[in-house]
Amino acid sequence: MSLFAVNILDGLVTGLLLFMLCSGLTLIFSMMGVLNFAHASFYMLGAYFGYQISAYVGFWPGLIFAPIIVGVAGALIERYGLRRVHQFGHVPELIFTFGLALLIEELVQFIWGKSQKAYEAPLALDFPAFAIAGNSFPAYKVFMIFMAMGIFLVLLYILTKTRIGMIIQAALSYPATVQNLGHNVPLVFMGVFGVGTAMAGLAGVIAGPVLGTFPGMAFQLGSIVFVTIVVGGLGSLWGALVASLLIGWLQTFAAAYNVGMSDLLIALGFEKPLDLANSALRDLWSLTLPQVGPILPYLLMVLILIMRPQGLLGKRET
Amino acid sequence: MSMAEREAERAAAIELHELEKSFGLAKIIHGVNLAVPPGERHAIIGPNGAGKSTLFNLITGKYSPSGGAVHINGQDVAGLKPYQINRMGLSRSFQITNIFPKMTVFENIRCGLLWKMNYRYSFWHLVDRQHDLTERAEEILEQINMTARRDDLAGMLAYAEQRALEIGVTIAGGADIIMLDEPCAGMSTSETEYIVDLIRQVTAGKTLVIVEHDMGVIFNLADRISVLVYGEIIATDTPENIRGNARVQEAYLGSEDGH
Amino acid sequence: MSRIANSPLTAGTRSLIPLSSALPWLIAIAFLFGLPVVFPSGSALTIMNQMAITIIFALAYNMLLGQGGMLSFGHAVYMGLGGFFCMHVLNWVENDGLWLPLPLLPILGGLFGLLFAFLIGGFSTRRAGTVFAMISLGVGELIAACSIIIVVFFGGEEGVSGDRTMGPEFFGIDFAQQQEVYYLSAVWLIVSALAMYLFSRTPIGRIANAVRDNEERAEFLGYSQRNVRWISFCASGFFCGIAGALFAINFEILTEENLNLATSGEILLVTFLGGVGFFIGPIIGAVVFILLKTVLGLYTELWALYAGILFLLTVMFFPNGLTGLIAMHVGPYKRGRLGVLALPYIKMVGPLMVFILSGAAVFEILFHSREAATGEGEMTLYGLTFSSHGILPVAVAAGIAIASFLLLHRLAPQLREAWDAANPVDRRS
Repeated sequence: MSLFAVNILDGLVTGLLLFMLCSGLTLIFSMMGVLNFAHASFYMLGAYFGYQISAYVGFWPGLIFAPIIVGVAGALIERYGLRRVHQFGHVPELIFTFGLALLIEELVQFIWGKSQKAYEAPLALDFPAFAIAGNSFPAYKVFMIFMAMGIFLVLLYILTKTRIGMIIQAALSYPATVQNLGHNVPLVFMGVFGVGTAMAGLAGVIAGPVLGTFPGMAFQLGSIVFVTIVVGGLGSLWGALVASLLIGWLQTFAAAYNVGMSDLLIALGFEKPLDLANSALRDLWSLTLPQVGPILPYLLMVLILIMRPQGLLGKRET
Repeated sequence: MSMAEREAERAAAIELHELEKSFGLAKIIHGVNLAVPPGERHAIIGPNGAGKSTLFNLITGKYSPSGGAVHINGQDVAGLKPYQINRMGLSRSFQITNIFPKMTVFENIRCGLLWKMNYRYSFWHLVDRQHDLTERAEEILEQINMTARRDDLAGMLAYAEQRALEIGVTIAGGADIIMLDEPCAGMSTSETEYIVDLIRQVTAGKTLVIVEHDMGVIFNLADRISVLVYGEIIATDTPENIRGNARVQEAYLGSEDGH
Repeated sequence: MSRIANSPLTAGTRSLIPLSSALPWLIAIAFLFGLPVVFPSGSALTIMNQMAITIIFALAYNMLLGQGGMLSFGHAVYMGLGGFFCMHVLNWVENDGLWLPLPLLPILGGLFGLLFAFLIGGFSTRRAGTVFAMISLGVGELIAACSIIIVVFFGGEEGVSGDRTMGPEFFGIDFAQQQEVYYLSAVWLIVSALAMYLFSRTPIGRIANAVRDNEERAEFLGYSQRNVRWISFCASGFFCGIAGALFAINFEILTEENLNLATSGEILLVTFLGGVGFFIGPIIGAVVFILLKTVLGLYTELWALYAGILFLLTVMFFPNGLTGLIAMHVGPYKRGRLGVLALPYIKMVGPLMVFILSGAAVFEILFHSREAATGEGEMTLYGLTFSSHGILPVAVAAGIAIASFLLLHRLAPQLREAWDAANPVDRRS
């Protein structure tokens, strides 16, 4: 039972982290109709900037300045890159962000090298916050949970209580109409892109010390992020939240419980082949849950697409 | 000929029963009943926002109705996709020009022919080698007076020519029910006259349903007119009677004069 | 946008079997069969084989992207699966005595690719655009991840390998020589390219274009947009499978790398670089990309960075790719105005080369100063040997880059003027 509780918390950390990326991605997608393939690359940039700043002046300034730098970079890329490609249509936009993701990975390798960076959690948070039946839970993860929830509440407040939030919400429900509002739409676009990428950068700053800061981190998390928003329903913020938590727990629990496929098959009444090494189904028998864990989000996506193409909370297919 | 077939032949080309459509809480179409017999030229008029385009999209399968039914040639089309309805012999044009801008005029017409001439999803015919296809497409080009424009890109044509091409693409498949959504929108008087003549000529012997703002077009072309106001048909009659109908005067023509 | 439309794909041809349309193919055949005579070395053959495979793959990819408007981020899967399957077939030939002449193997690879495209296309082609792109990514990642755990089929980390020479001899050829493999690839390249070109001229090929441009209109012409995309997807899967089979024959090993996102992304890059709006776009893209990869790769570790920059610049400034760049000059050529452009081009080519080389020098020097082992501060660049450490070399390179950029900037209006003169606006009433 105690392991279960720890996994719930661990899954929450992963899920909320995913949501920090998914929410920015969803906002950008709903406003601008473009799925930012490079979103996870901004997350990676956040981690690297956080690392670089922490190397000079410590973790906390990095927590503030790295996301700001990432957000400004994002806004500039929107202004001088994406806006130019916008006229060619959505597919070239998507290709542009894909190219951007490739380029950012190459640039990160160029600047910081291929190996993992020693980006550490701050000493102030380097202690077990509490223990559940011997399983200690690090304070840093508690901090991550509070950060993610804090961001979520701020986002919720901005979206529901401020004027700019009203414009964004209008754009979420009626993307075409927002064009006709009297507002400076390009500026709103640039702002949303900047804020969205800054959120991804913030996620990178706080996740870097836990998940590792290395050039492959963007593509590693990136594909899961896209799967998550497809599962949640493209353009649905609540769907993104539900799917993020679902996938966070799915991955955590799959990694924690060493259930073998053979146990399951025997329980279902199948007989284990005697000559397993030469059986065509030998992989099926030797699989374990932690092995399957990484592919579960993708399997979930395929199943959702077959059963409910619009995603969990997505709007009806039009 | 079986009983069922005879029944279908007597049935109206298009028949709407208590048709309703809501978007969220907004009810756009309030129980519309209408029967258009085969071969009739039927016009739907009404002020802006009356639901004309919505009605059009309901009949052609772009939207599914919230209530009621649409029958085409006597057959219920509930749940059918636009392409299935098209295969039943109904073809439509669009209010906003809707052609293939990156293809030539000839290719636009040919795309309209492929399904009906049984080429369907074929990957074992070469389109340029099919004489029947080329000949038929050229006949249609002749019909819409665009032979000279044959190899020009559709996207490069003048607006009126694009509208004419759109009509050509719509009739190409030989559908016997043609639905045109504001074919003369945004045209000069002479262009409008030209397009009306064209419509009359290419839809001869077919059922025509047309939505139009230009009253001159309607009264010249239509056998009967339905007036749609706030999602309801308030009158269906011959052009002369519609002109004299007091309710129509008040609801529609009156408001037009008010501008 | 009209530039895309001027592609050979969309131009209607009237004549029945015109020599003019057969001629490019005859030239291509002669060219392909002449190549090994001119470049007989082993390394050249390796590059040429790789090109042939990449061209087929890129053409198949462009059946979706260019002709069907479907952006796939997981297309390596269909080539990879075809390749893995063929690797197993080769092993059956070797171990279980299956009788199969090697030249026929690509058909099996194609059918296997087709089968998977059929299964996956069933749900992925319901929507185009962003949704399709995301699904293709998810499915691609799923299968790439599966390759690690389904060891029976994918061979786990070390992949599946085999021997192409164990089958029955084909008219006395056992395909032990690289050159024999080249001719096999060349034949399949011609057959596949011709088949894909002809596909674009069939009813389904034309309607695929129609669905790409305007799916709503196509639906109202009697076509189910989903079925049209599904069929295109299957056809593309078939040719990807052929490319996979040739990969298996050529390299005799397939690993997870053949399925993953990096490979899928690379083919997008190749195709887009060449130009998606043209049939020959992917061919040009594949040739240029493989040359960049192998030749540039010899000189610098940073070639992927340069490829990334080139790709992004292409997306931003030349959305029709290299072929589009060439096609832009067809109009002026026909009008006899190409000469107007000559002088500005000649004026710009020098500063442009200097800008590219000095810009690259900045990257190279910085990279060297960080990566070089301690005590080995010397580097050789463009024939100059100097110490990469210190601010001076970078400053010089950056200074030259900035100066040449400013010069380009000053010359740009002349080019624009010449361009306008070469392309007079013709307004139709």
